[in-house]
Amino acid sequence: MARMKFICDTERCIECNACATACKNEHEVPWGVNRRRVVTINDGIIGQEKSVSVACMHCSDAPCMAVCPVDCFYRTEEGVVLHNKDACIGCGYCSYACPFGAPQFPSNGTFGLRGKMDKCTFCAGGPEENGSQAEFEKYGRNRLAEGKLPACAEMCSTKALLGGDGDVVADIFRTRVVTRGKGSEVWGWGTAYGKPEAKS
Amino acid sequence: MKLYLAALMVLVLAGCGEVSQSKQGSAVNRGDEPSYKGASTAQVAKGWTPGDKASWDKQVRERGQLQNEYVKTNR
Repeated sequence: MARMKFICDTERCIECNACATACKNEHEVPWGVNRRRVVTINDGIIGQEKSVSVACMHCSDAPCMAVCPVDCFYRTEEGVVLHNKDACIGCGYCSYACPFGAPQFPSNGTFGLRGKMDKCTFCAGGPEENGSQAEFEKYGRNRLAEGKLPACAEMCSTKALLGGDGDVVADIFRTRVVTRGKGSEVWGWGTAYGKPEAKS
Repeated sequence: MKLYLAALMVLVLAGCGEVSQSKQGSAVNRGDEPSYKGASTAQVAKGWTPGDKASWDKQVRERGQLQNEYVKTNR
């Protein structure tokens, strides 16, 4: 059985925000809610700027699941952490517990300023009939049930963001890292203009 | 005296045990329809059989390889 995971390659992410846009479009996520976003550190510092696309990491021992007072979280067979919006009371505990800032709260929800929690579903919908209108309205598209992978990863132009079966994405990432080397070999002078020993 | 000491040691050591606070077992797939069952939409990808777990697994693995440019380009 597949165990779903995301990996983001910081050497490749170009902060284009296409993953965040794809997510918003695919699930019709409302204003103010960002299931996925791109975080950049050392912005503007040449050679040190790194970007990473962050969303729910579908933790194996999820802190959100541990702290939820109404026990609305569950894990699918594929290891995707989902929640039941019918049970959620919008308390925000999951938001405090999550190290990635994944839980989001719409500002026009059932409870006024802080509505029911919304987060990345790994494009796996929620506890409604797969592909139903009710599922789409509450949780967005269920691409996994359509035999697809998360939209953010599938449409990443540089393939910085990988998503899918943990074994598969780990193999892809490992091959990539071994092939490209490290340090200046990755995207440096040697890659662009040839290595010094290749001259002459 | 020795008996008291032994009992005290048992009590003291009992404090070293840690009860697991993680919530795992009861929180698996509560009433949600598994992904391999497929969806009732027109967008279901071709090449696999909804309802067949092995087929869905294969589909997801093969689709995952589409993210691997090393199998698509000349190296």
